[in-house]
Amino acid sequence: MLLEVRDLHVEFKTRDGVAKAVNGVDYSVDEGETLAVLGESGSGKSVTAQAVMGILDSPPGRIAGGEILFKGEDLLKMKEERRRKIRGAEMAMIFQDALSSLNPVLSVGAQLGEMYEVHRGMSRKDSRAKAVELMDRVKIPAAKERVGDYPHQFSGGMRQRIMIAMALALEPSLIIADEPTTALDVTVQAQVMDLLAELQRELNMGLILITHDLGVVADVADKIAVMYAGRIVEAAPVHEIYRAPAHPYTRGLLDSIPRLDQKGQELYAIKGLPPNLLAIPPGCAFNPRCPMARAVCRTDVPPLAPVSEERTSACFFWKECLHG
Amino acid sequence: MREPEPPEGPERAEGPGGYDPVGPRRHEAISPTGQGGAMDLALEEAESLEKGPGPGPAGGSGAQEKARSLWSDAWHQLRRNPVFVVSSLLILFLIVISVWPQLIASGDPLQCDLSKSQQGASPGHPFGYDTQGCDVYTRTVYGARASITVGICATLGAALLGSALGGLAGFFGGWSDSLLSRVADIFFGIPVVLGGLVFLSVVTSNTVWPVVGFIVLLGWPQIARIARGSVITAKQNDYVQAARALGAGNGRILLRHVAPNAVAPVIVVATIALGTYIALEATLSFLGVGLRPPTVSWGIDISNAAPQIRNAPHMLLYPAGALSLTVLAFIMLGDAVRDALDPKLR
Repeated sequence: MLLEVRDLHVEFKTRDGVAKAVNGVDYSVDEGETLAVLGESGSGKSVTAQAVMGILDSPPGRIAGGEILFKGEDLLKMKEERRRKIRGAEMAMIFQDALSSLNPVLSVGAQLGEMYEVHRGMSRKDSRAKAVELMDRVKIPAAKERVGDYPHQFSGGMRQRIMIAMALALEPSLIIADEPTTALDVTVQAQVMDLLAELQRELNMGLILITHDLGVVADVADKIAVMYAGRIVEAAPVHEIYRAPAHPYTRGLLDSIPRLDQKGQELYAIKGLPPNLLAIPPGCAFNPRCPMARAVCRTDVPPLAPVSEERTSACFFWKECLHG
Repeated sequence: MREPEPPEGPERAEGPGGYDPVGPRRHEAISPTGQGGAMDLALEEAESLEKGPGPGPAGGSGAQEKARSLWSDAWHQLRRNPVFVVSSLLILFLIVISVWPQLIASGDPLQCDLSKSQQGASPGHPFGYDTQGCDVYTRTVYGARASITVGICATLGAALLGSALGGLAGFFGGWSDSLLSRVADIFFGIPVVLGGLVFLSVVTSNTVWPVVGFIVLLGWPQIARIARGSVITAKQNDYVQAARALGAGNGRILLRHVAPNAVAPVIVVATIALGTYIALEATLSFLGVGLRPPTVSWGIDISNAAPQIRNAPHMLLYPAGALSLTVLAFIMLGDAVRDALDPKLR
């Protein structure tokens, strides 16, 4: 297994108490596999990714427990120096907003080349040549002429391609893409996702795709992990989840996708708000918003139980959900 | 910063869709992308690019379109700002005469003739004479050297010390940050004139360095605060996290990603501070604890002239005027630089 996250807990110290952002997350990605992590804002999907990358803001953030195994080695027990060498070279991250994730005072060529300077000790001239190569690879037209341009001179889609190029520079075995298409318009979104999927296949990388867009997921992901209030509530191969969700939250998410045959009708929305991470409700965190909630949901935390061989759900009543 | 629209010549509008994904357009030397299936991905976006690839119809402007970073933008704006042009010409003039005062003043500022004490303007001596019979014009010209030296050295010292300490404190945070902030507060608490009277009255050196050192000592906390604040702002940017995620170490992040994005406010404050440091040197010299004779300084001359203001106002007018003009020039420069470097004010 390329990456295995086991029982990860992350907390943030705030003025009002400890916010439990991640409460026992397990997931794994293999080479050439795409895992989509789905969830609302504040569900802990980005924080999990930051913990994996080792770029959690700490303080206030703190990894309170768990293991992150990368190629069998626990990243959390690793020396910072060694971890830094892994970052960028073996695992890389693509951020949501490419404009704010690129340094405005450096040309894109300098930023792409930086990867080679940091990890390979290349000279500036050689790294510049590599930068052009990379820009070609992510299909930026006229790479040679544009290598000296600054981030703001590129369109949104091109900037996101540059982010992808940066992440791919050293051909890492794992890529984490944190909502890579959220800041783009719909047509460009599809192009960027296609490019990412194509490069992933080519390099046989593991890809963790963090998103809240179910439409993006269906085409590219192999499996899905749905997160809610810092826990995984359902994990399954992508087609099974779309066919029949085994958790009422997943069902709610799927029902809130606009569909053509529902034209003119009101769009479904999950009632209520995500829980306050300072005071997660007792029992199942989803129970105040759940249409199927019963007495036991308010007292006991449902374990992540196997539904089938490759599938798990953290709902006491997954059977009802699956067949209802 | 919006990108300028590409030049919309009549030949740009072509048929339905306006784009032929296969061949190069009439004015394009190369096809924007290949013709393979996957390459088509880029086609739509290539349209939205600011300039067409290769030497197209707008090819001549390609070179100057390049590299409009914060700095080149700021420079672009500065050159058109009359305040900047006037103040920088004035400063350039001051620097030249402080290096080569002989260029415009042939006399010796220390060669005085007591018989001419407090005489008014005469041919060859447009500013008249002071109490000691020295030529006021020559002394005013030579006085620039002390002011400019103190101003520039003190600013450099305070800016380097302040931004290094403030930058490190802001970047690493923690207890060193708290310690530095409290130490800076202590230095802030020292009243400038009182501190100057106490510290500098024990110094016997005749050079400018004790004054420079004192100004640096009192000046660095101001710069350190600004540097700390802007480093804290800059390090929260996404690109700093991105650089970290790509494996850059602290040194590289601080020098390459944080510092260039945090330096603008420091430059602004330092430029404005330069003017006030020059005024401070004159104040200290006026009080008799700054520069001492035989050093020629506007502060000393103002001090000597003050009691004679009713007999010989010209003795006060010229050094004081030169001082005001110099301080004004640096503060105007600082203002212009701030306007150019702060995008929110544009």
